[in-house]
Amino acid sequence: MAVYRTHVLVCAGAGCVSSNCKAVESALQEQLAKVGLAEEVKVIETGCIGTCDLGPVMVIYPEGVFYQKLTPEDAEEIVNEHILKGRVIERLLFKPAASDDLVEKACDIEFFRRQYRIALRNTGVIDPGVIEEYIARDGYAALGKVVTDMTREQVIDVIKRSKLRGRGGAGFPTGLKWQFTYDAPGNEKYVVCNADEGDPGAFMDRSILEGDPHAVIEAMAIAGYAVGAKQGYVYVRAEYPLAVARLARALDQARNYGFLGEEIFGSKFCFDIDIRVGAGAFVCGEETALIASIEGKRGEPRPRPPFPAVRGVYGKPTLLSNVETYANICPIILNGPEWFAGIGTEESKGTKVFAIAGDINNTGLVEVPMGTTLREIVFDIGGGIPNGKRFKAAQTGGPSGGCLTAEHLDTPMDYESLRELGSMMGSGGLIVLDEDSCMVDIARFFLDFTQDESCGKCTPCRIGTTRMLEILTRITEGEGEEGDIERLETLARTIQSSSLCGLGQSAPNPVLSTLKYFREEYEIHIREKRCPSGHCAGLVRFVIDPELCRGCGLCVKHCPVGAISGERRKPHVIDADLCTKCGECQATCPFDAILKI
Amino acid sequence: MEVVANKCQCEALRAKDPRYKKLADIIAKYAGREGALIPVLHEAQEVFGHLPPEIQMLVAEGLDVPLSEIDGVITFYSLFTAEPQGKYKIGVCLGTACYVKGAGDVLDELKERLQIDVNKTSADGLFTLEVTRCVGACGLAPVVSVGDDVYGRLTPDDIPAILEKYIESEKNSNA
Repeated sequence: MAVYRTHVLVCAGAGCVSSNCKAVESALQEQLAKVGLAEEVKVIETGCIGTCDLGPVMVIYPEGVFYQKLTPEDAEEIVNEHILKGRVIERLLFKPAASDDLVEKACDIEFFRRQYRIALRNTGVIDPGVIEEYIARDGYAALGKVVTDMTREQVIDVIKRSKLRGRGGAGFPTGLKWQFTYDAPGNEKYVVCNADEGDPGAFMDRSILEGDPHAVIEAMAIAGYAVGAKQGYVYVRAEYPLAVARLARALDQARNYGFLGEEIFGSKFCFDIDIRVGAGAFVCGEETALIASIEGKRGEPRPRPPFPAVRGVYGKPTLLSNVETYANICPIILNGPEWFAGIGTEESKGTKVFAIAGDINNTGLVEVPMGTTLREIVFDIGGGIPNGKRFKAAQTGGPSGGCLTAEHLDTPMDYESLRELGSMMGSGGLIVLDEDSCMVDIARFFLDFTQDESCGKCTPCRIGTTRMLEILTRITEGEGEEGDIERLETLARTIQSSSLCGLGQSAPNPVLSTLKYFREEYEIHIREKRCPSGHCAGLVRFVIDPELCRGCGLCVKHCPVGAISGERRKPHVIDADLCTKCGECQATCPFDAILKI
Repeated sequence: MEVVANKCQCEALRAKDPRYKKLADIIAKYAGREGALIPVLHEAQEVFGHLPPEIQMLVAEGLDVPLSEIDGVITFYSLFTAEPQGKYKIGVCLGTACYVKGAGDVLDELKERLQIDVNKTSADGLFTLEVTRCVGACGLAPVVSVGDDVYGRLTPDDIPAILEKYIESEKNSNA
């Protein structure tokens, strides 16, 4: 095996691909070849390193130096200065928002330092296209151990004792699910991986599939052995073409090595996996809808019970878990259930991956022990709120979840604590909102989403979400009426209690949760026809501060609808009836005299 | 009375069009497999760009699935379309992160510039405007994709230059 003196890890996660990491990588290869170092320095394309807003990023080992926001033009300097002369290039280092000190090494950056990576253990470390790299990090050792050394019952017992819970949202104990599928009568069973990651703002499943596809494949094979299945399916969203491609390549590699197929590790166990690509329907993340979609039908949910463990794909017992859940399986097998159960809180064991986005300095993917506080995630790891703004709320659980406010910053992030506050863990999307965000509009945004994605099968969800959206829309447009809040609450309770599936049952959560913590904002929208954060265009007014206005007339020239008038050198006024609130005047005023209220 | 044979020309036209051969191959590859419909529709749409009733009928015959069921599946999933699409699909991500970072303004600018609404195709057949669910590039919010290209951290001011790039390259390829 060739030995290299230096390894350069170039992140090829979806975020970095979008910011053109390929060009950076090829420029680097070119420069290395030019100075004759191609045999000494190895450039590796990894999965998501996690710091998505700093992309393209790279880490150079053995030093562990982290470079960010790279362009192809930086390649020459990296090769000539860093790789040839060993001088760190300061201008490419990371500078935390809160300090002026550059941080040289990846392991010293708070964002990485505070993480505990189990599900993401290989993501951003190995080349996802090379199975040998996965094997070198104990890959397929767990599968080997399971099929040669353990009984099916022992495997299920290990998963149960680890107290791992489903990472897709509801947090159902994974071991129990395995037991139910094992117990279900029938010779033909299936193992399914739910990679229909639909929560807007969550991208951990994508990153795992793209950055460490074998972790999921190996875990599914272990699950297949334990529950008695020969066939697995990974159901991936069509919006993730890179994940589909890397997974397909990984499946081929696993088959070539004999980790999938007939007589795995010389045992009698046979197992293979097929990919099923979704076609753009959020509801297919719901397990019974996902099963219908695998069968090639409209992805409409059906009542449970029977649960998939009893009647799933093609009517057969089916074990269905999400990507991140599977990604935890192999380390549990190798390190033992006690190790895993020793991490996290009393009821929520292990770690959780959060996708932090929105109004936050360090957007990206982080994995922390369960029970880490919201404050640590937002401020210590996430680097706080940009532009010196105040933290207003964090939305967890996406369209099914709710918000946490500044007073909840010290809440431990685990299944129970979040549920108590009227939110939920969900898949781990964490959208941070600063003081400029309008909570009514956020609720409207999520209802717009669920209303659009409602499959239409059951009335409470189909009609109920539509009516809620209508009310929320009129409130944000300044047409809110007395009694709207109560109407929203009544509708919410009805939809929650009578919808067929999780989509409908949880759709009102963002409204109920914002009503619980920001009721006043709703009231101001309705009664005073005002948006306190100045976000809702329909409720915003532009006014000219007569103290600051010098009467230059620049705004008059720029107003596309002629809504501004006034004498030269005297304060001007805006006619609110004519104003279309385009904001053009505010942008052009040289004296900052135009205010948005 | 003389009866004029109303002979359908479709067969002859199809024989000349290589896309129909591809469709037949796709159907043959999946025929008889369980759950084949969605993969077949994905690949058929790749070939034809959209799935008009004619293609739906061929799939129905090939897989022995009722046409009503195929129509049901196509209308259920947002990625399938029976309408012709523009050469470039513009997808404005309206995931939460993009929305919070102003994707709505970017979308408005595109509507204004292209003079079309969402899910419509511009008069020159060049662009189809769509809003997409989270594309998972939240670090680059707000994100717009045009064909296979992805543009991040956009403001409405960036839009004219982006559109111009495609209009220009179209002109050059025609010239």
